[in-house]
Amino acid sequence: MGPVILEIENLKKYFPVNKGIIFSKNVGMVKAVDGVSLSVFKGETFGLVGESGCGKSTTGRLILQLLKPTGGSIIFDGQDLTKLSREEMRQKRMEIQMIFQDPFASLNPRRTVREIVAEPLVIHNIGTSQERYKKVTELLEIVGLTSAHAERYPHEFSGGQRQRIGIARALALQPKLIVCDEPVSALDVSIQAQIINLLEELQQEFSLTFLFISHDLSVVKHICDRVAVMYLGRIVELAKYADLFDNPIHPYTKALLGSIPIRNPRLKKEREVLEGDVPSPLNPPSGCHFHTRCKYAQGICKTDSPVLKDYGNGHLAACHLY
Amino acid sequence: MSNELLRVTDLRTYFAAGPDPAKAVDGVTFSLNEGETLGIVGESGSGKSVTAMSIMRLIPNPPGKIVSGEIIFSGKNLLQLSEAAMRRIRGNEISMIFQDPMTALNPSFTIGNQIAEVIELHQKMTSKEAGKVAVEMLKMVGIPEAEERAKQYPHQFSGGMRQRAMIAMALSCKPKLLIADEPTTALDVTVQAQILNLMKKLQKELNTSIIMITHDLGVVAETCDYVAVMYAGRCVEYSDTVTLFDNPLHPYTWGLLASQPNLDSKEKQKLKTIKGNPPDLRNLPLGCNFAERCPHAQHICFEKEPQLSEIENNHLTACHFSKEWLSSRGEVS
Ligand SMILES: Nc1ncnc2c1ncn2[C@@H]1O[C@H](COP(=O)(O)OP(=O)(O)OP(=O)(O)O)[C@@H](O)[C@H]1O
Ligand SMILES: Nc1ncnc2c1ncn2[C@@H]1O[C@H](COP(=O)(O)OP(=O)(O)OP(=O)(O)O)[C@@H](O)[C@H]1O
Ligand code: SF4
Ligand SMILES: [Mg+2]
Ligand SMILES: [Mg+2]
Repeated sequence: MGPVILEIENLKKYFPVNKGIIFSKNVGMVKAVDGVSLSVFKGETFGLVGESGCGKSTTGRLILQLLKPTGGSIIFDGQDLTKLSREEMRQKRMEIQMIFQDPFASLNPRRTVREIVAEPLVIHNIGTSQERYKKVTELLEIVGLTSAHAERYPHEFSGGQRQRIGIARALALQPKLIVCDEPVSALDVSIQAQIINLLEELQQEFSLTFLFISHDLSVVKHICDRVAVMYLGRIVELAKYADLFDNPIHPYTKALLGSIPIRNPRLKKEREVLEGDVPSPLNPPSGCHFHTRCKYAQGICKTDSPVLKDYGNGHLAACHLY
Repeated sequence: MSNELLRVTDLRTYFAAGPDPAKAVDGVTFSLNEGETLGIVGESGSGKSVTAMSIMRLIPNPPGKIVSGEIIFSGKNLLQLSEAAMRRIRGNEISMIFQDPMTALNPSFTIGNQIAEVIELHQKMTSKEAGKVAVEMLKMVGIPEAEERAKQYPHQFSGGMRQRAMIAMALSCKPKLLIADEPTTALDVTVQAQILNLMKKLQKELNTSIIMITHDLGVVAETCDYVAVMYAGRCVEYSDTVTLFDNPLHPYTWGLLASQPNLDSKEKQKLKTIKGNPPDLRNLPLGCNFAERCPHAQHICFEKEPQLSEIENNHLTACHFSKEWLSSRGEVS
């Protein structure tokens, strides 16, 4: 394993929730990210999975400093990003890129594909316009588009094709770390496979590090070296991919693995659905956030918040049971 | 015997920009019975969403145009209805869950108001009642603290929550036909299971027909009775779901099924892919649209377009060699 490239310590992001239009008053906080700590090694693919709304994208956006954290630190390559000046951050931004979840919202509809992919190069003043032209053509080919696509606008592309444009743009600056927020969710499996292979090749070639946010567990198992499972703003389990999939510890992880749809129409059956309502980050349950839906919950789970413990081989889990 | 609700025949939807139109949908044919679910799978860009938008008559014109075909829904040809008549059908008898939640959600209104408006419009309720139903619907799709959340704006929702809000909106008008374009793509598996069960429940209660556009073959296996596989604007294979998984008869379908990451494998292997790229829809090849990427292509494939035809009972494919694949079943692929 390489050296640590990214270290997150006790990261928090609370969003205020306001009520009333004229005399808006604060009625609470959405604790989207609530004390997340993790470290990512250079050259690895670190997976972040968990229920919709548990804070995965927010974590990604905090790392890119697209959001200001409520607390905690983000050490990237030895520097705390939360303490950088705007100009210093602008430089660092070249080294960290993001591929977004929503390929529709993230591309400017009034720009051609060529302009979109070239944009980071222009912003950071890299290359002559001829060099940029060549570079964009190259990038488009890398992601499986052709220069014939370059002069068209995003609305002329399908969801999957737009995601490839986003990947080309993220690669333009040859970053060290790429936060991939559901990068292949919009793609059909054959193109998904191409993109995953592509990401893996690029990783080898440029020793890239990926923070890979996804809810597709088969993709995560395939691509990630280590995986963290989040639930309501907190990490509940973190392990090497094989340990996580073969020996999950946390009851939420077990439920998650148990709800993967089976690709066999003969086994058509209702999947087991987690009992109980998804609790709200506005008003999360006391103690272990998962206790309201956990089959194994005991008295202590309602009162005390379990901390992450090491079960050997870097396998961490936060559960009172074990 | 169940009744046919929808029949799409030789649908062609082109986008004109410049001299050569992009043939996004180029001769799609399928039918769907009441209470049944049809899956549409296929390469991204193959025309799945455009097919759905054509049924809804929501193709932006210009540049898009439905150039030919028939869409018979409950005995009426939707393509011949006036815009006013179509508006009554949309969101009432047919509703759609869009692939991109932001196209369906207005950023300047609260989520609750938007759902309530749909309910008010179609179910003749007072706005107060509709507001209550909207909160109920949000609860049903698993949004916690729905009363509070209903007052928030789309940008305050996570990706998956937006998608669920849209699902709530689509289900709230109790449609006869629900078109779901990647309804669970942004959702984790536990919420996905919950939403799919909800859709199945609605289907049982109201005998709703569903068109399920997805690239998740697990979702197809779990929910669909029939599947249409699309490639470059055409339907290349159609059959019942079990047959499609057990005995696919089109080389593109083989490639698709082989590309999925295997959850059971112990070793990390490189994923299988289908080499190459789909053809340019403005400049389609003479023969089979898949020929350039097909490992089984012969001379004829580059010269003559294969037609969708029935190879065995209710199993249709568009490949010159499907008969051969059928007789040598199990040996190829
Ligand atoms: N700008 C914002 N204002 C208020 N609340 C927000 C904002 N952005 C996110 N949230 C809230 O923070 C929580 C976490 O959101 P986030 O987008 O990080 O979830 P996620 O894990 O990425 O989910 P998904 O899988 O659905 O994309 C959600 O409850 C969301 O409503
Ligand atoms: N408004 C438009 N103008 C021009 N071309 C368009 C427009 N909308 C769609 N197309 C083209 O139609 C083709 C089919 O697109 P469609 O969105 O139906 O694909 P899809 O099968 O839904 O793909 P995905 O799985 O990626 O969502 C694409 O090649 C796209 O470029
Ligand atoms: S018609 Fe030819 S090219 Fe097309 S799928 Fe069949 S074998 Fe392949
Ligand atoms: Mg997200
Ligand atoms: Mg689509």
